[in-house]
Amino acid sequence: MSLLDRVRALLGEEAVEVAATPDGVPRIAPASPDAVALLLGTAREEGWRVRIEGAGTWLPADAPADLALTTRRLDKIPAIEPQDLSATAEAGIGCDLLRQQLADRGTWLALDPPGLAGRTLGSIVATATAGPLRQGFGPVRDHLLGVTFVTGDGRLVHSGGRVVKNVAGYDLTRLEAGAFGAFGVIVLIHLRLRALPRADQTLALEGSREDLTQVAEDIAAAGIQPAAHELMSPALARRERWLLAVRFAGSAALVAAEEAGLRAATGGRFAPLRADESHSLWMRAAESFATRPVAFRIGGLPDSSDELLDLLQHQVGDEWISASPAIGAIRWGGEATTDRLKRLRRTLAGLEVPLTLERAPWSVRCAVGHFGAYREGVGPLVAGLRRTFDPGEAFVVAAEGAE
Amino acid sequence: MRGQEDGFLAPLCYAPLGVSASRRLPVYYLPMARDLASLVDTLAEIVGPRHVRTALPERLTYAKDGLPTHRRVPGVVVLPGNRDEVIAIVRLLGALGMPFVPRGAGTGLSGGALADGDAVLIVLTRLNRILKIDARNRLAVVEPGVVNVRLSLAAAPHGLQYTPDPSSQTACTIGGNVAENAGGPHCLKYGVTATHVLALEVALADGRVVELGSPGGEPWGPDLVGLFVGSEGNFGVATRITVRLLPVARAVRTLLADFTSLRTAGEAVSAVIASGIVPAALEMMDQSCIRAVEDSVYAAGYPRDAAAVLLAELDGGHEAAVTADAETIEAVLRAHGARAVRVAADAQQRERLWLGRKKAFGAMGRLSRDLVVQDAVVPRSTLPDVLETIARIAAEYGLTVSNVFHAGDGNLHPNISFDGRTPGLRERVEAASAEIMATCIAAGGTITGEHGIGLDKLRYMPLLFDGDSLAAMRAVRRVWDPEERVNPGKVVPVHACREWSGVRNAEWGVRSGTSPVDSALRTPHSALDAEAGVR
Repeated sequence: MSLLDRVRALLGEEAVEVAATPDGVPRIAPASPDAVALLLGTAREEGWRVRIEGAGTWLPADAPADLALTTRRLDKIPAIEPQDLSATAEAGIGCDLLRQQLADRGTWLALDPPGLAGRTLGSIVATATAGPLRQGFGPVRDHLLGVTFVTGDGRLVHSGGRVVKNVAGYDLTRLEAGAFGAFGVIVLIHLRLRALPRADQTLALEGSREDLTQVAEDIAAAGIQPAAHELMSPALARRERWLLAVRFAGSAALVAAEEAGLRAATGGRFAPLRADESHSLWMRAAESFATRPVAFRIGGLPDSSDELLDLLQHQVGDEWISASPAIGAIRWGGEATTDRLKRLRRTLAGLEVPLTLERAPWSVRCAVGHFGAYREGVGPLVAGLRRTFDPGEAFVVAAEGAE
Repeated sequence: MRGQEDGFLAPLCYAPLGVSASRRLPVYYLPMARDLASLVDTLAEIVGPRHVRTALPERLTYAKDGLPTHRRVPGVVVLPGNRDEVIAIVRLLGALGMPFVPRGAGTGLSGGALADGDAVLIVLTRLNRILKIDARNRLAVVEPGVVNVRLSLAAAPHGLQYTPDPSSQTACTIGGNVAENAGGPHCLKYGVTATHVLALEVALADGRVVELGSPGGEPWGPDLVGLFVGSEGNFGVATRITVRLLPVARAVRTLLADFTSLRTAGEAVSAVIASGIVPAALEMMDQSCIRAVEDSVYAAGYPRDAAAVLLAELDGGHEAAVTADAETIEAVLRAHGARAVRVAADAQQRERLWLGRKKAFGAMGRLSRDLVVQDAVVPRSTLPDVLETIARIAAEYGLTVSNVFHAGDGNLHPNISFDGRTPGLRERVEAASAEIMATCIAAGGTITGEHGIGLDKLRYMPLLFDGDSLAAMRAVRRVWDPEERVNPGKVVPVHACREWSGVRNAEWGVRSGTSPVDSALRTPHSALDAEAGVR
């Protein structure tokens, strides 16, 4: 029996996607978490190698595998609880659809990840790609209450729950967030929400990078606490010069007070954007990273942001950059060879700054790895965790790369 | 000690740092008196004789962690003074295959920091140095024994604070907070411990040292810091902890709303949460708790006739914004049944209101000889129903239950006051606790929000997680600690785990030719056997 016949027998005709993947790998779309478990259990028995896909808008669908497991039919939202500010969504739901449904109930997931609007929630969680709102609302892991995932041998594992505080058992949710699928296919996600902000205002200032970096420092020193505080390269912002965009979100009183504080701290240099302008700015910046072949993030200290930006400019160019200088987080997009990426990662490692490769063609992912080499003693832990969650090495995930 | 029955003698050898042990003794090897003396001598070589405690009265000091229903007396207590000593001790115990339990201040209330007579208790309170405060980058590096509140005091001159603030913050340690993923009133707005830990240095079960995370907060690879925080000491000993500091709020408003019914107060919590304004803290106390506080030296001026009070705090960087938000919250509270709302006029009044809340557990000591502090979380919208059910359970069992809890997070602390000397009362307390836990799970909640599973909640884990999920947790634990020697018998009830590849049940906690000495198996039946730990 061929692989596809086997899958049809297991999951039904509709689980086999007619549209072929670019590289001819059969694409399977299970419609429930149990179906994912059934498929991966069989994959383990058969020794099939599996690559995990969402909507196919972020990581290229190019990893060599026997089958592609897409979460796109896991697109239900079982619960939105405005009174509890929590929601439960399947991993294949597109973020645009989720965002709309949350807004209809007066709630908000305070994440603005890079990528196209239809990028799946599972993709964002598995890659832990947060956007500029990480400044005010934290990284992806801070928005998760729990996950259900399926291991490489087809076991459903539940972690966390749907309440906002929970220390029952080990925090496998945080382990899954940002593991790029190395420890399982995330199928269901419990989310921490916020009330839709009553006021949401973005202000922007153009200038040289050096000038704006200083302004960003002044803002942080003044105790202003924006929801986002992002330094964008000219190409990313579609401006002549670098752009510092500051976003405030919350009650009307809070936003008004923060705006006044910003004016006082910066001499009124920032110009407020209209709602359509700010929407367009943030959305275009997020989407731009999905149009570059390579994207990575680095996490330094706030006081090293300028130095790190210099380093990027020198080693890989600074055409597509989005940085939160006040928290030391930088995202880079563009074209870069394997050698350049490896050299950059080595340099950054010397500065105690990790580089996580978020997006690249398989040839680059495979050589560079999402994480590269681990620090001393950590490799055996990660290897042990991979053996635990994927004993048959079913998942094709370039976690470490070929160092 | 049980080991004295073993009849198994083997000389202990000290494995010098950097030299791997050439021999492994069986897990749960229990040294006989001569070998115990040898172990004690070796530990004394590492930390000095003053810091190894073997006398029963000394060991009894460490037999509890604030929960009266669990008592275990450790075999040996050792108090290292720095990280090198911790690592040397862990390597020694690794070479000997001996179980050990890391412990902070012992305020966890879940039995998590207790060690059996066949284990060494490593008390970390002497590792109490704040190694660095980096105001520019808003972070601090501390040793695990630093008392929580000391870090905020040290950061205050820089205009910074460490926001997780457990009620026990004047005693509990940052290392213990990391182990339990501790919360506190102000975690509603600022997040629990896991949100604030950036990097860790960890001594693994065999004494190897690994560095996890980075000071910027981006993990090196998978988020092992996130996995370690809340692992209840099962994955190793954190020897250095890098945490995020946040600016001290420039404006604060504290409101006290009182209600004539517990249900109305619970409904008001949901209304506040749905308002879109996130208070820094939103705490509730019921009448029993209010009266205990008002009868104590911590009297805060709470209205004694109220069925419940809500303590709400708003903070931020701008006076005008915080004032406006406080007015909105006050209106929400009044619209949802508050009989009166009082706003603290100054810092002194605010501190008094908070003192009553933070010392409520102490004040409850007035109610009875023993107090079981429970810890569970429910969806906030279910608070009114769950609080009523808890009151019904208390009435059915004839017990006094006082509620003081983090209402904004739905994190309940139903506290049962009782006199453990009364025959049959402990069993009733346990039965009522079990019913309360079942109620919280049925409401869509969980069995612990900040104190951890420890020993006390082991029996409830299978109600919350299926066999595969529990087995996954156990398998993860064995990646860090293959022999399951670090804080054995905690968190995961082994008997409820489904089989998992790579985890061989026969290895765990079993001495050849004997039955398992798995305290996880034993606990459900012995939790109330107060004297069981004394041998």
